Amino acid sequence: MSRRRHSDDNNDGSQPHKRRRTSEPIEIEDRLESLICRVGEKSTSSLESNLEGLAGVLEADLPNYKSKILRILCSVARLLPEKLSVYTTLVGLLNARNYNFGGEFVEAMIRQLKETLKSNLYTEAVYLVRFLSDLVNCHVIAAPSMVAMFENFVSVTQEEDIPQVRSDWYVYAVLSNLPWVGKELYEKKDVEMDRLLNQIEGYLKRRQKIHVPMLQVWTAEKPHPQEEYLDCIWAQVQKLKKDRWQERHILRPYIAFDSVLCEALQHNLPPFTPPAHSDDAVYPMPRVVFRMFDYTDAPEGPVMPGSHSVERFVIEENLHCIINSHWRERKTCAAQLLSYPGKNKIPLNYHIVEVIFGELFQLPAPPHIDVMYTALLIELCKLQPGSLPQVLAQATEMMYMRLDTMNTVCIDRLINWFSHHLSNFQFRWSWDDWADCLTQDLEKPKPKFVKEVLEKCMRLSYHQRIVDIVPSGFSALIPAEPLCHYKYGDETSGSLPGFAESTTVGNAIKNRASNEEILTILKDVPNPNQEDDDDEGESFNPLKIEVFLQTLLHLAAKSFSHSFSALAKFHEVLKNLTESDEGKLHILRVLYDFWKNHPQMTAVLVDKLIRTQIVDCATVANWIFSTDMAQDFTRFYVWEILHSTIRKMNKHVQKIQKELDEAKEKLEKQQNKKRDSGDEEDMEKNSEDEEGQLEEQIEKLQEKVESAQSEQKNLFLVIFQRFIMLLTEHLVRCETSSIDINTPWYKNCIERLQQIFLMHHVIIQQYVGTLENLLFTAELDHHILAVYQQFCALQL
Amino acid sequence: MSAKLNALFSDSYVDISQYRDQHFKGNRHEQEKLLKQSCTLYVGNLSFYTTEEQVHELFSKSGDVKRIVIGLDKVKKTACGFCFVEYYSRADAENALRFINGSRLDDRIIRTDWDAGFKEGRQYGRGKSGGQVRDEYRQDYDPARGGYGKLVQKS
Repeated sequence: MSRRRHSDDNNDGSQPHKRRRTSEPIEIEDRLESLICRVGEKSTSSLESNLEGLAGVLEADLPNYKSKILRILCSVARLLPEKLSVYTTLVGLLNARNYNFGGEFVEAMIRQLKETLKSNLYTEAVYLVRFLSDLVNCHVIAAPSMVAMFENFVSVTQEEDIPQVRSDWYVYAVLSNLPWVGKELYEKKDVEMDRLLNQIEGYLKRRQKIHVPMLQVWTAEKPHPQEEYLDCIWAQVQKLKKDRWQERHILRPYIAFDSVLCEALQHNLPPFTPPAHSDDAVYPMPRVVFRMFDYTDAPEGPVMPGSHSVERFVIEENLHCIINSHWRERKTCAAQLLSYPGKNKIPLNYHIVEVIFGELFQLPAPPHIDVMYTALLIELCKLQPGSLPQVLAQATEMMYMRLDTMNTVCIDRLINWFSHHLSNFQFRWSWDDWADCLTQDLEKPKPKFVKEVLEKCMRLSYHQRIVDIVPSGFSALIPAEPLCHYKYGDETSGSLPGFAESTTVGNAIKNRASNEEILTILKDVPNPNQEDDDDEGESFNPLKIEVFLQTLLHLAAKSFSHSFSALAKFHEVLKNLTESDEGKLHILRVLYDFWKNHPQMTAVLVDKLIRTQIVDCATVANWIFSTDMAQDFTRFYVWEILHSTIRKMNKHVQKIQKELDEAKEKLEKQQNKKRDSGDEEDMEKNSEDEEGQLEEQIEKLQEKVESAQSEQKNLFLVIFQRFIMLLTEHLVRCETSSIDINTPWYKNCIERLQQIFLMHHVIIQQYVGTLENLLFTAELDHHILAVYQQFCALQL
Repeated sequence: MSAKLNALFSDSYVDISQYRDQHFKGNRHEQEKLLKQSCTLYVGNLSFYTTEEQVHELFSKSGDVKRIVIGLDKVKKTACGFCFVEYYSRADAENALRFINGSRLDDRIIRTDWDAGFKEGRQYGRGKSGGQVRDEYRQDYDPARGGYGKLVQKS
């Protein structure tokens, strides 16, 4: 575990770094930070003796460094939840030695809790409440005052007109901390605690759970139900209560110090009123607990705690916390996960793999970037080469077996993970184990999955490699060789309309013709849509587009860079050809025809065409939903293109909004400066000019922002509209022919619609009014409307 | 209110390395300033046969790639085992350093590092024979990088 600070580079051209020989305050503060952060790590001494020693050091430093120590301890409470009880014990020891310090710390924690709640940092707020709960175990906080805080939390469920996610959080903040402090609170205040739990039970019974299907990774209940997170923690707390709050997994260093700690005086938590709900509060979204393993899965060694055991909850919480702390450094993260305290009593590898996939498949989005999980799993394999790869293989096999009920979006992530993982291990896999998929229809989830995986594997290598790595029986699933198809390229094309012009254009390009020269040549291309040649050829001429683009792409087919250069060089021609919406759409059709077998190239070229404003985002959406693309509609690459397009649109709006905000700030600063400066006439005149310029700029930017936002809204409306049309068509057709609606196509399409809502829910929230009035009305088929209702339920 | 705990949450994969481009036009300070703002990565230890498409697929996993420039042998004008990857945002380049640096492409462990920014001419190898300097002097046999090092080949 390397904890080196990044290298002291003494040759940075600035003054050489003088080694400080005296103990300056800053150095002592760094040392304090280091001591506190490192306690609990591997050491030659026991944890108890380290804590004892550190408590002594800190006590001695309190007179001079109290506020620094307070700040560091508050930070570790918030940022190192996986080491919670190490630090609560430390605070307990300090409180026993210095009652006032204990009081100040509790006050500081309450202040911090209020701040995190106001800043919408709800995950950190849970850790703070957990820290306070554990301080009860360390005799720092009196149990009755903790119960009172929990009572205030639960009373949020009685508030009216609040989003459900608000009361959800406060209930979770109570339930999720009972594993730590339930025993102590029940011993002191069992009547009150029973009342509390009854209130919670009542709340859980009446809260709505429409959102759950949208967040489940698998739709099937077997083998592991994907439970809503509050239901799961409730079941775990119930079981804990039945076991009389006996909990044996959590590390509790304070037990060793009981004789010292119980002599300490306790503090009462000040009465805590949850901050009132406000419109800019953003509560955490509900989630579903991901489970893929149970006690039957670990063949030997320790047994996996049951799904409703509190141990399971604590282990998963701690593993999530470790990933959240160390995700940026994959080697450290892997090492920390594998050195989980108490690892010998649990099948740690299974827990780690389950938690990692749980995050990767989390809907709407993983907590961290997808590729991090791939990198982390590889590091784990390196550290445990004798055991982890086998667990991973077992997990992959299990997920393959359950593809039929896996959410399409999660299948996407599985495809990306698996192909990338394989590319790091020479694509070694027991493909024959999956031979069952060869007898199925290619649109069914299993063969589709294998096909998409092989396509992604090819992108990371090359076609022949894929041919070599799969057994011969899999040839139907091997992707096409990514070659282009030039319609004017073979002997038969001589008779095609536009053939002669394609040769002329090709030669002209090779002879470095200018945009104007090309446009002149293209004037001669007849327009199959028109009967006479009256029109100067200004209207939409599909043949012109085909002749030019096919030829250009053909000449530039060698690599991405060649094609990008070609598009850049002839930007003017392309702009000219795509003035109309039909032109824009047709260019995408021609591109698709030419690069049909190279979806990766198609995607990057569509991206370039958008960025250079040859086509706009709505065109891409319309193209994807057009009948031309029907046969590729369920292919992964098509959705990658659509989501990339939406992302570009979103980033564009953000960028202009930022420019507007910056200009407004500048104007404000300018106006403040004017106010604060003297009355010199010169200065006034100059600043008036500047102000005028800024105001004009702001007005222009304001227009730009509105225009961009309108384009963004239109894009989403187009997408929703097309989905509704397609799905309604399918549902009606099935109804009239009395066939089951649940075809592979339908599952894919409806889950793709869900994906739009999930991936862009923040932006789509703004359009709810329009969506309800225009598109998702009561007349809509209930299957489609259900998706919309689930989306609305996410922040209800 | 609370301290940042610098000692604990290091992000060392993203730090600037010790390498400085000797051909950089400007002083050390200017180079470092550019490195600290850069969205461009140098990628090394590629196979000569690795294509722009493969690089694009891999590096797109950390964000949208703006441009890739494949490094070329100055004489032969063929790929000589390195490239530049430029992102639209620095955050995406940081994620590439965290999660793609040190992983495999075409079965080889590739190395990525901050680059001050692509300039015309920097796409060429600087070894005497036209490829990269490292291929001039190495003693081992690497079939994906032209076999033996140039010095060994000449002897």
